[in-house]
Amino acid sequence: MVDFRHALVIGASSGIGEALARRLAAGGARVALVARRAQQLEEIVASINATSSEQRAYAIAHDVRNAGEVPELLQRISCALGGLDLVVFAAGIQHRVAFDEFDVAKDQEMLAVNLAGAVAWLDPVADRFGRLKRGTIIGIGSVAGDRGRSANPAYNTSKAGLHTFLEAIRNRIGRHGVRVVTIKPGFVETRMNAGPGGALWRISADRAAEIILRAARRGRETVYVPARWRYLMWVIRSIPSCVFKRLRV
Amino acid sequence: MLPADRLEWVEGWGMSVGAAGYVWRPSTIGGIREAFEAARQAGVPVVLRGAGCSYGDAALRPESVVLDLGRMDRVLAWDPAAGVIDVEPGVTIRALWRYALGDGWWPPVVTGTMEPTIGGCLAMNVHGKNNWRRGVLGEHCLELDLLLPDGELRTITPASDRDLLLAVIGSFGQLGVITRARLKLKPVSSGLLHVRAAAAPDLESILRMVDEAKDRWEYVVGWIDAFARGRRLGRGLLHFARHLEPGEDASAAQSLRAEAQDLPDTVFGLLPKTMMWRLMRPFTNRPGMRFVNRMKYLSGSMVGDGAEYRQSLAEFSFLLDYVPHWRNVYLPGGLIQHQSMVPVADAEKVFGRQLEAAQRRRMPPFLAVLKRHRPDAFLLSHAVDGYSLASDFPVVAGRRDELWTLVREMAEPVVEAGGRFYPAKDSALPGELYRSTFRSGELDRLQALKQRLDPDHRLRSALADRLLGRGGGA
Repeated sequence: MVDFRHALVIGASSGIGEALARRLAAGGARVALVARRAQQLEEIVASINATSSEQRAYAIAHDVRNAGEVPELLQRISCALGGLDLVVFAAGIQHRVAFDEFDVAKDQEMLAVNLAGAVAWLDPVADRFGRLKRGTIIGIGSVAGDRGRSANPAYNTSKAGLHTFLEAIRNRIGRHGVRVVTIKPGFVETRMNAGPGGALWRISADRAAEIILRAARRGRETVYVPARWRYLMWVIRSIPSCVFKRLRV
Repeated sequence: MLPADRLEWVEGWGMSVGAAGYVWRPSTIGGIREAFEAARQAGVPVVLRGAGCSYGDAALRPESVVLDLGRMDRVLAWDPAAGVIDVEPGVTIRALWRYALGDGWWPPVVTGTMEPTIGGCLAMNVHGKNNWRRGVLGEHCLELDLLLPDGELRTITPASDRDLLLAVIGSFGQLGVITRARLKLKPVSSGLLHVRAAAAPDLESILRMVDEAKDRWEYVVGWIDAFARGRRLGRGLLHFARHLEPGEDASAAQSLRAEAQDLPDTVFGLLPKTMMWRLMRPFTNRPGMRFVNRMKYLSGSMVGDGAEYRQSLAEFSFLLDYVPHWRNVYLPGGLIQHQSMVPVADAEKVFGRQLEAAQRRRMPPFLAVLKRHRPDAFLLSHAVDGYSLASDFPVVAGRRDELWTLVREMAEPVVEAGGRFYPAKDSALPGELYRSTFRSGELDRLQALKQRLDPDHRLRSALADRLLGRGGGA
């Protein structure tokens, strides 16, 4: 199994990203936490470092929509950590969209963060790992990306696009020994999923992080979190379009 | 920002440690200065690298500028009458002996492989199978040019600045870049050696036989069956060698040709040597190596004991080159080596403890090599008046931490006995144990020199960070 010692988590100020960063640091890794919300990030980093005699966590405030900052940040982070063997893209937003709402601004923002942000970070990461012929990339997608549900078209599109992008870079650099792991969580107790609804098989962010890291260490390619979502999503993907479009989901 | 296209994975020779680094391969001193400037602007250290033959982390450092000097491989001057040669740091031992042998000269000190560069050999101050007689390579360096991180180029000789010379050589490239070295070679009248093989039934015998033979032979090397236990603990085979005297080799002009030294490329005239490591691989595990070690000892003691024969200089000297790519048998985890130097009085006790500790953990070294040494005057000298035992261990997934613990266990009695360690081979030695082998003030002198010559601590390596503390001696 792969041991992660130098990790970068993008979107680490809450939810799965935060839980992954905490678990990686607790396991002895040095972790760079990247997120837009500087204050939350500083608090998380301070609490991680308070549990260790040495600095394990580093906070970097950054908005993934600022793609031009990424190459220099990536080099700076690699130097600060003393290497890089795991990159997690966990940044994501999901705007609430009414069933008959078509809001270009909301949709473009979701695409910009969830998909274009991933491309901005994972392209240079894939370039680096491909050159070095090692490294692991984890992308946090969603079961929502498996089907074009009418409830939130742009969010589904952003996650479906992320899945395809991850598969494509896996096909490019996987042959060189780089691992690219697509994570498809169901309902996880995060800020994004707060509020009523979405209670099916809901798990904590920490439990999700545990499953994700175990799967990544084992070199899995596509992982539903928790695993039983695989079977449900197989059923949902198998529903014919003529039937699916009649479902108001 | 450092250019992304210079990013490479850089490994130690043992393939068990590595790091990403931004590699510069200059061919001139100007190119070295450019690499330093790039590192300065990016705020990262520079680590020096030759042929990458150090087993561990001597020539790498994560996320640093890696200054690979392999392209600076020119012979700058050669005096065939005096055997004095000026070389750039990237000249390898192979290139050196091939250049000089035809004129009747051979490097006074060579490593077990001919691939290391002279710059790397001086940075690590290597020794050979004749260390108790010829000392380390640094003792044969008459002069060197040292490029400091600030761009200043200094010429250092034993007469002009002996203390600095004794500090630069052997301090893992922490004080400057050697851009030229002047070496005095050793005269030889033949390209052949007279070799004698002998078997020793236990550790006490093998140490005694080395000592008894050392005044009569130029080279002595011992192989130890590290799997043998009990009263057979430390049993092994010895090979002694001396240069032929003038007149002993009737075809000296022919044996001194570099081509006459070429190692055969097949085994038994049939099997290409490049395939051998694949055949060795199924045996590269504990049961397999137990069998191989036992067979080697039995054949050496029953058939080879007392045999005398002639062998070419290259064939005797460069055993590690005999099977191309043999380190691949240790994939995927690679290997580490630990080499302890122990004073004569305690060698039997310490080496016995080391072998038993490895056996107790079911991690006996697959290869163990014994040599004889003498002290020298270098600031970071690794040698003592005693013996060294170099042990090769496979790095196996899931047992890496235990192997590192074993290295600590093996190192502790060395410190108690007043011994030292050979950094060129090291990957796993705890820094506090390494530092505790030095006398009071020795590391302070290195620190003072570092502060004077490299105040920004630009020159660093993972090895120096680990053994000397972060900042390479500061």
